This record gives sequence, C-alpha cells and structure tokens, in this order.
Amino acid sequence: MDCDFCGSKATVFLTQLVEGEMKKLCLCEKCATEKGVTDPTGFSLADEVLGGSKVAAPGQLVAATPVEQGPECPNCGFTFAKFQQVGRLGCSICYDTFRDDIVRRLKGMHKGMTHAGRVPEGLMAAYEREQRLGRLNERLAEAIASENYEEAAGLRDEINEIEAAEVVES
Amino acid sequence: MMRFSTLIKHPADWMTGESEDVDTIVLTSRIRLARNLRGEPFPGWATKERRVEILERLKPEVEGLSQMKDGFSQELDGLSSLQKQVLVERHLISREQAACGEGSAAVVNRKQTLSLMINEEDHLRMQAIRPGLALTEAYGIVSEADQELEESVEFAFDHDLGYISACPTNLGTGMRASSMLHLPGLVLSDQIGQVLQAVGKLQLAVRGFFGEGTESLGNLFQISNQSTLGESEETILRRLERVIGQVAGHERNARGKLLEDDPEMVFDRVGRAYGTLRHAHIIPSKEALNHLSLLRLGVELGFFSVETLRICDALLMEIQPAHLQLHAGTKLTPEQRDAIRAEIIRTRLQSLDAPVMNKHTADEKRADPPEDLTEL
Repeated sequence: MDCDFCGSKATVFLTQLVEGEMKKLCLCEKCATEKGVTDPTGFSLADEVLGGSKVAAPGQLVAATPVEQGPECPNCGFTFAKFQQVGRLGCSICYDTFRDDIVRRLKGMHKGMTHAGRVPEGLMAAYEREQRLGRLNERLAEAIASENYEEAAGLRDEINEIEAAEVVES
Repeated sequence: MMRFSTLIKHPADWMTGESEDVDTIVLTSRIRLARNLRGEPFPGWATKERRVEILERLKPEVEGLSQMKDGFSQELDGLSSLQKQVLVERHLISREQAACGEGSAAVVNRKQTLSLMINEEDHLRMQAIRPGLALTEAYGIVSEADQELEESVEFAFDHDLGYISACPTNLGTGMRASSMLHLPGLVLSDQIGQVLQAVGKLQLAVRGFFGEGTESLGNLFQISNQSTLGESEETILRRLERVIGQVAGHERNARGKLLEDDPEMVFDRVGRAYGTLRHAHIIPSKEALNHLSLLRLGVELGFFSVETLRICDALLMEIQPAHLQLHAGTKLTPEQRDAIRAEIIRTRLQSLDAPVMNKHTADEKRADPPEDLTEL
C-alpha cells in the first residue's frame, strides 16, 4: 500500500465514518505525523475527503485536472468529478446544478441543512419573518432546556405576536 | 491611501497588547465572513482574465467602504514574498492569499481591525480582529462592512443554503469565528487533552495557533466554530463565547491549583524561561515561543509587572521569520534568524527585573510570625 498523500510506503491506516460512509486512508509515517492522524481529536478525514485542509493557490487548484466526467455546470463548465477532487465548486450556479449531490454531503458537516442566519437586505419581508421566528424558537428551546421559564414565556408571547400579525396581513 | 511601510510601522492594538483591559487568557477574537458574486466563477476556477475583471469590479467598492477611509489597499502581485509573509504573520491576509498573484488584493482599514481579501478562496473574505474575548464586537465591525457592500453588490445567496461559498464547509452564514487562547496552566497540569476533547465534541474546532496541524507552540490554541449552516450568527457566537469562557475558567483553576500543589515547579519553569530569554544568544522559534508563554504566565501569576505582558505580546509578533527579515532588511538563513531573534528578545527584556516568585509564600510567612509572637 502506498501513502495517499506522497506515494511512499504506507504504515498508518485510518478508517473513519464520513457522512455515513466508510472512508479509508493510507499514510506513511511522515504524512501521518504531519496531518495529526496520531491524535484522533485533531484529524478529520472529512477535511481530506472534502479538500478542506488542502492549501493551494486559488487559480491553480484545478488547472492540472484531467478528469472530465458527468454533466457540466451550464454557467461555468465545472463538473462534480472536479468537486470530488478539489473540494470546491466552480460558481454559485453549481449549487443548483449539483444540488442533490452537494446536499447529501452536508449532513454531518453542519448543525442543520437550512440557513438560519442573516439574509441580504431587500429579500422578501416574509422570509425575514420566517428567520426571526426560527431564531425565537431556537432561543425558546434553549430557555426551556435551561429551565428559564420566565424568558420562555416572554419568547412565546413574541412568537405568538409575530404569527398573529402574519394572519392579519394575509 | 496608507503605504505598506506605514502599515508595518503601526501595528494594531490587538497585535501588541496595547489595548486596555485585555483578558490575559483570551488574546484575540476574530470573525471571518465569506461572500461571493452571483454567477461569477469562484477565484479557484476563474481564468486569470476573469479574476482581474472581478477584482476591478470589487476593489473600488471595498476601498469606498466608510470604514476603509485612509486605509491600506494593495494588489498581491505588487508585493514581494517577504512583504506578503509579514502580512500573514500579522494575520491581515491568509496563507492561501499570500500564494495568490495577479487578480487578488488586500484592503485593510487604518486601525487594522478590519481586512478584506478579494479573490482568495472566495470572491470576498472579510475579517475583523479585536483583543480579548470580543467575538460579538468583531462581528459588529465585519457585519457593518458586509451590509454596506450589500447595497451595491449582489452576493450569491440561496434560500436554503444561505450565503454561497466556494467550499461547502462555509455555506450558510459564511462565518468562521475564532479566539486565540493562552492555556499554559492546562498544558502544565496535563489537562489540556481532556478539555480540548470536550470542546471538540461540541462541533467546535481546536488547533494550535502557531505551527502546523495539532502541534501547539507557546501554549496558544485557537477555538472556532465548525458548522456554519443551520444556525444563526447569534447562536454560533453565543455558544462559542460560552465555551471559551468555560475553557478560560478551567485555565484559571488549573493555574491556581498548580500554584497551590506544586509552586516550586511553577517557579522553576518561569525562572528558567526568564533566564533563557534574558541570556540566550541563539534561540529557535519554537523555544522562544514556549519560553515567552511561561514568561506571560509569570506576569499573570504576579511574578512580573503587568507591563511585561505587552512586551511578551509584541515579541510574539516580532520574532516570526518574516518580521525578523524585515527588521534585518535582508533575507536570513535559519541560523541567522535564531541569532537575531535572541538579540531582539534580549534587548526588549533588558530592563525586566528578575521574577519575584516567593511573593505569595513570603507574604504568608510574614503574616505568621506575629501570631506566634503573641502566643509567646
């Protein structure tokens, strides 16, 4: 077995569950130490599989890629095979083109699958309200979990108020 | 606009510990936001011509930000590799951006609390750094820039995936929040592994601040959020601040316990660090960082005057390789660097008095005799 990083003789073998799939890495002693494989808290296979820890100059990332397979992004010509190699997409439209494949990989990477943070100004008011409700519900759950019932009651009133306003408007 | 030499001559408050009321355990807090233009190829996939076009479109917008008045703006291909390295060591640009040439630029505000990188991994990376545990304050700075830019630039945004980033690990808020912590007490008492493991279970990432991978030099650790999607900025920041506060609490306890259980060992470590730093003529980076950490611990335990903290923090920056070469005005071999590093440290610590380490115990002893006397 050769090291997946430098091609020397591999002596360290690592198996991890990444997004529910078994992934295996073979490393030589030097790469294993460098990548912190010997310390299980400091190494995530997901980083390697998704290219998170690869350091390369933007612009040179995919230049040497010969593989061309699968559909191309109609906007930028990027393919999913390239994403699997470099861990990055080609443009924002790629996320529409390869949405299902990407979303499948998000599990385990993030706390949730739906955005709950800031929304650019000028997007629909209804969407912002939805976000606000989500945040309030989050805080409500936290307040209940920490048995802070006074705060929870206040938050529930706030949520009811927003929901009532919505009904009136529609 | 500010020149490179001016930028270098006046380091930011958070780099030198010059700011008031600095938390001695949490050195700095940093927020980074990733933003991209809709439909444009990401910098890693764009042709050089396209990257230059994107840069030309974004640069005036970024330079025009109200926070960027009299700031520093520089295209990367106009910098020498040493200059780029100095900016990396000051955390004003990333290592990744230092590898960029044409079609990439860095814009930094005058106070160096806010820096925007154009065409790094994403079209825009904006970061703010503040001293101490101040993630919310740093977020406020970077968020102001974000909102101002949004008035004139359309960022790629998706109802479900949030702000779109080149790498799916940054989707959603596009926000990476991190703090740098100095944890010598937990390291000396062998509790660091446990604490870091507990932090790791909360989907937060911990890594050594200097050095590669998990190696930590100078007992400095960086704690950051891993997840960017599915939670609001507020929730992420709140959790992170809570956990960092807890880690700082553990560090405080560890120091107290060390002093109580094994004061001799602590005095010895700090004393040796002081001796080495004051008198070494050849000192490699790793050794210097580790001794400076112990000196810093000594300040926090009251063995040295409080001003020593500033000297330590300024030295952390000054003794890095590119800074040494900038100081010397020439390229240096590693051996030459070790000698110049030792010289700078000796000079800075020249007037530092020897640690008063038995202060604690001496006070107690002084308090005891009178009682004994009255009994006599």
